Amino acid sequence: MALQGNLHDFSVTQLLNLVHLARKTGTLTIQGTNDHASLSFAEGKLIYGQSRSSDGTLISILLAGKQISEEQAQLLRSRPQASNDKELGLLLIHAGYLTQPAILQAVQKYITELVLRLFTWSEGGFRFHSGVLPPEDRITVRLDLENLIMEGARRMKEWERLQEELPNLDVALKFTDRPDSRLRNINLSVEEWRVVSYVNPKNTIRQIARANRLSDIEIRRIVYGLMQAGIVESIRLEGDTAPRPPVIQPLAKGPDQVSLINRLITRIRSL
Amino acid sequence: MSIRTVKMVVTGPFNSGKTAFIHAISEIDVVSTERKITLQAEKIKDTTTVAMDFGRISVDEELVLYLFGTPGQKRFDFMWEILSEGMLGFVVMVDSTRPETFREARYIMETFRAYAPTPFVVAANKQDHPDAWSIEDLRIALRLDPQIRCLECVATEREKVKNVLLELLYCILEEVQE
Repeated sequence: MALQGNLHDFSVTQLLNLVHLARKTGTLTIQGTNDHASLSFAEGKLIYGQSRSSDGTLISILLAGKQISEEQAQLLRSRPQASNDKELGLLLIHAGYLTQPAILQAVQKYITELVLRLFTWSEGGFRFHSGVLPPEDRITVRLDLENLIMEGARRMKEWERLQEELPNLDVALKFTDRPDSRLRNINLSVEEWRVVSYVNPKNTIRQIARANRLSDIEIRRIVYGLMQAGIVESIRLEGDTAPRPPVIQPLAKGPDQVSLINRLITRIRSL
Repeated sequence: MSIRTVKMVVTGPFNSGKTAFIHAISEIDVVSTERKITLQAEKIKDTTTVAMDFGRISVDEELVLYLFGTPGQKRFDFMWEILSEGMLGFVVMVDSTRPETFREARYIMETFRAYAPTPFVVAANKQDHPDAWSIEDLRIALRLDPQIRCLECVATEREKVKNVLLELLYCILEEVQE
């Protein structure tokens, strides 16, 4: 049976919960707005993951985890073992450069970060390929989805809080008229500086995010931080009014009787 | 001699197969209030139910079962509460091939439960389709409690429809016997 759909209708949290509860084995591919990711599972445990922005090879993982330098990564890529993660891992272990636990920890951290990033994806198509597993040469782990779902839920809470603070990304930002003394001691990250460079009443937050290739949660996090620091403020538009919940009136139970139901059952059976 | 009438409601999201379900089992031509669809977003099919569908099964000389199908489009949801009055139980139809409707199916299910705490079953329609989600996956997606029955269904097949109605009646019977 096919398991496919859109994250807009069935979230990453729900998907992982389904894989966990149904103890599924296979590979889940998700085509997000700006990236593509695939996660592999064995009996409901997460064993592997990769995305288009990070190919999931051991060299990329070790480089991202700062276990090796860019120069060392280039050197390793020139080795014949580079295309086979398991062989490369053995080479590094035998050379005394890295231990097996260190490699596994790096892979685990990479996959964990990938999954947690997926929790912020709210748009994109997904498909579960039952029985499909990663190539044999890849190093796999076994991660419990329960913990990841919990952590993902925490991130979702942050996401919801940020959405409450910044419900509309189609508003512009401007520098505050009277920046106070707090500004003097602020150190901005590279990404924050990039956002700041686009602050202009003509640019909406969404446009700034697109220009900097930031996801909705990333731009919200940065803008919220800049607002809290008193650097920028939004030029607010009128918000939408909250929809009213439906009026629900419970009704009394009907005059059900055993004989009546049995007559109905007999009749339906005879059809 | 007065004829006693009882009713069951068939509900579910737009285009989940409610009209076909009633049509498959009703002894009369379904009294349908279908209209041509005007909104482009709802152009999956040409017509939709705007007030209700209405089917009948005569049980004996004294008892008649009516099946009411609710309108699937949200803008006609004012009809839901009216239709749910006095029902024995209800069937929630879900199109197993359209996960984009699962959230709405949950909402409809919860709304009807609040209207009347009567037994209900979930009919996973279009199970003959290759893109259909399995019953196990649907149960998780719809967050169904273990005691709620989720049944394979093909709304155009009378035997499958019979099975769904019988399962609902068994649920009702269990409740009245408690």
